[in-house]
Amino acid sequence: MSKLTIPVRKFDAVIVGAGGSGLRAAIQLSEAGLKTAVLSKVFPTRSHTVAAQGGVSASLGNSEEDHWHWHMYDTVKGSDWLGDQDAIEYMCRKAPEVVVELEHFGMPFDRTDEGKIYQRPFGGHMSNFGEKPVRRACAAADRTGHAMLHALYQRNVRANTQFFVEWMALDLIRDDSGQVLGVIALEMETGEVVAFHAKATIFATGGAGRIFYSSTNAFINTGDGLGMAARAGIPLEDMEFWQFHPTGVAGAGVLITEGVRGEGGILRNSANERFMERYAPNAKDLASRDVVSRAMVTEINEGRGCGPNKDFVLLDITHLDPATIMKRLPGIREISIQFAGIDPIKAPIPVVPTCHYQMGGVPTNYKGQVVAPDGTPVRGFYAAGEVACASVHGANRLGTNSLLDLLVFGKASGDSVIEDVQSGAIGLKELPENFADFTMARLKRLNTQTGGADVNETRLELQRTMQKHCGVFRFKDMLVDGVAKIVEIEKAVARTEIKDKSQVWNTARVEALELDNLIEVAKATMVSAEARKESRGAHVRDDAPDTAANPNGRDDVNWHKHTLWQREGNGLSYKPVIMTPLSVESIALKTRSY
Amino acid sequence: MEDREKLNRLRWRCTRRAMLEMDLLLGEFLDRIFPTLTPGQADAFVTLADMEDLELWPLVTGSRECSDLVQAEVLALLRDVRVK
Ligand SMILES: Cc1cc2nc3c(=O)[nH]c(=O)nc-3n(C[C@H](O)[C@H](O)[C@H](O)COP(=O)(O)OP(=O)(O)OC[C@H]3O[C@@H](n4cnc5c(N)ncnc54)[C@H](O)[C@@H]3O)c2cc1C
Repeated sequence: MSKLTIPVRKFDAVIVGAGGSGLRAAIQLSEAGLKTAVLSKVFPTRSHTVAAQGGVSASLGNSEEDHWHWHMYDTVKGSDWLGDQDAIEYMCRKAPEVVVELEHFGMPFDRTDEGKIYQRPFGGHMSNFGEKPVRRACAAADRTGHAMLHALYQRNVRANTQFFVEWMALDLIRDDSGQVLGVIALEMETGEVVAFHAKATIFATGGAGRIFYSSTNAFINTGDGLGMAARAGIPLEDMEFWQFHPTGVAGAGVLITEGVRGEGGILRNSANERFMERYAPNAKDLASRDVVSRAMVTEINEGRGCGPNKDFVLLDITHLDPATIMKRLPGIREISIQFAGIDPIKAPIPVVPTCHYQMGGVPTNYKGQVVAPDGTPVRGFYAAGEVACASVHGANRLGTNSLLDLLVFGKASGDSVIEDVQSGAIGLKELPENFADFTMARLKRLNTQTGGADVNETRLELQRTMQKHCGVFRFKDMLVDGVAKIVEIEKAVARTEIKDKSQVWNTARVEALELDNLIEVAKATMVSAEARKESRGAHVRDDAPDTAANPNGRDDVNWHKHTLWQREGNGLSYKPVIMTPLSVESIALKTRSY
Repeated sequence: MEDREKLNRLRWRCTRRAMLEMDLLLGEFLDRIFPTLTPGQADAFVTLADMEDLELWPLVTGSRECSDLVQAEVLALLRDVRVK
């Protein structure tokens, strides 16, 4: 192979991603005196963590008695027993520590009259092993994610973390032994391609919700970390599990909070029927997220959707007093006017279940080290946050556990790097001669492609295919067809063409490179979902219904295991769920019911 | 910087934001309205796009007032963009 030379910069550690997880990891490293680079596609405080409003969970017990063991139980149950119990214990035990630490970093949490961190109730948070609701969510008004990012960013500035803003990491550098030696990245402002050569590489690139047509995720969530890992031969874990939020604005995807139904909002089909009465006679419109989402999809699939294409249902608040709407739900009224063209005081809002959160990701242990299928760490490689699968969320994430995941595993990955560097387990190994060839060939292909596929059209086709074939409610034949379709779309992705060939600020090139990542995530999701012949958590199949032998369609005998999707050959393997916690007794398999 | 480069940078900063709401709104505005702005309004838009989402959103919805006259003109145009 030819020896292509590109500029090389050397660091102790390179972190890809400046959201909550990347910034938390960076604090550990910079404060320990490691020379640390953080790469981000956008200015750090514009990362998607900003969108999180609900809060971050920790069993502080500030308002009433709480215990990390109860939090652990809720998380295992929420995960439908697919979460690894060592990682879940670790996260729940560490929660109070990392939240208080964040407070010391300057996070302006809401407070009780005595000045303690105020805690509010949240779905799925219970005391005494599922007995009754408990106040566990800590928040800073409705801007928790925003406040968190600002606090973490300021702390990094103080610690001299070096930021590379509007840089896009393209590929991992791995040598023949499998050790990770850094990343290759593109600076958008110059078009320059540079190697970040480091002892340790941490991925904190966030989620990939843009594989779906309807998504609450911002455009930035293109799964770059997953794409890079997959191309470097790292398998992706449990990618069939995606959490859907029942009420995204049809078309736009923008989230309408549960609070609207809390205030009396009613879901209706094309016959104006309050259909939730049939699916959940007691809770009705306030049933849990997955129940409501599935009911909506059933209505649409059975021809009772609304609009010219019968592809959405309506969220009706027209019966509420306009004064209540103006007072209690002003933000929702603005969103509806702006993104549905509808004033909800006068007409109902068109909504569809919308992709919200990715439970799977790059497989790690509870120390934030990326692991091979047999559990041994991949030397030099770490991951945290939504890109990683520790696995604490299993088949379904509990609300507010994601922000907690960022703090706990951001910090843990940083600590692991420090330990591995100090013990000499990893050092600055020489780069292989051809380390840049693969990436440069990808860039050259893109630059010289003629008669190829349009990036926007191909992305849209990918998103529509995922939505139709692998959405909230999954059907055997649709999944089989979906795999065939995604493999076809992959061929188009391999021959995308861009008209703009310039170097500086070539956003067409960057979008084509993002699509290279989306396709890996889409394949992993579709193939993993087609293979898993049970319903569990967020993965619900029509052909795996609720029976006495398999309550809720869950089949523990055959499917209580993690999926690993490998890019090479589009193949799957499986590994056991870790049922042994670190210090307490295992939480045994049980039917998940609320 | 060339005009193309400036516009592409602006496009990136309008469509890779923290909140989906803003990606949709600013992206649509950039395609449809931005080319029709006066130079003064275009500058005001760049300033607005540089703000963080939680600063900009209340200005867009009008729940916070904007004291700059040209920015207020642009915000009114932004408010009229109906994303479908
Ligand atoms: C609308 C909404 C509301 C939510 N509310 C809550 C909530 O209340 N509580 C909760 O716990 N969770 C919530 N979540 C989930 C939670 O916000 C996310 O899971 C979490 O913020 C992800 O953080 P992160 O650090 O993993 O990644 P992000 O914050 O998404 O950051 C990713 C970083 O990686 C960078 N990056 C990505 N690719 C590259 C690349 N190729 N090169 C360089 N840099 C790159 C980006 O620039 C960015 O800096 C919500 C999610 C959404 C969408």
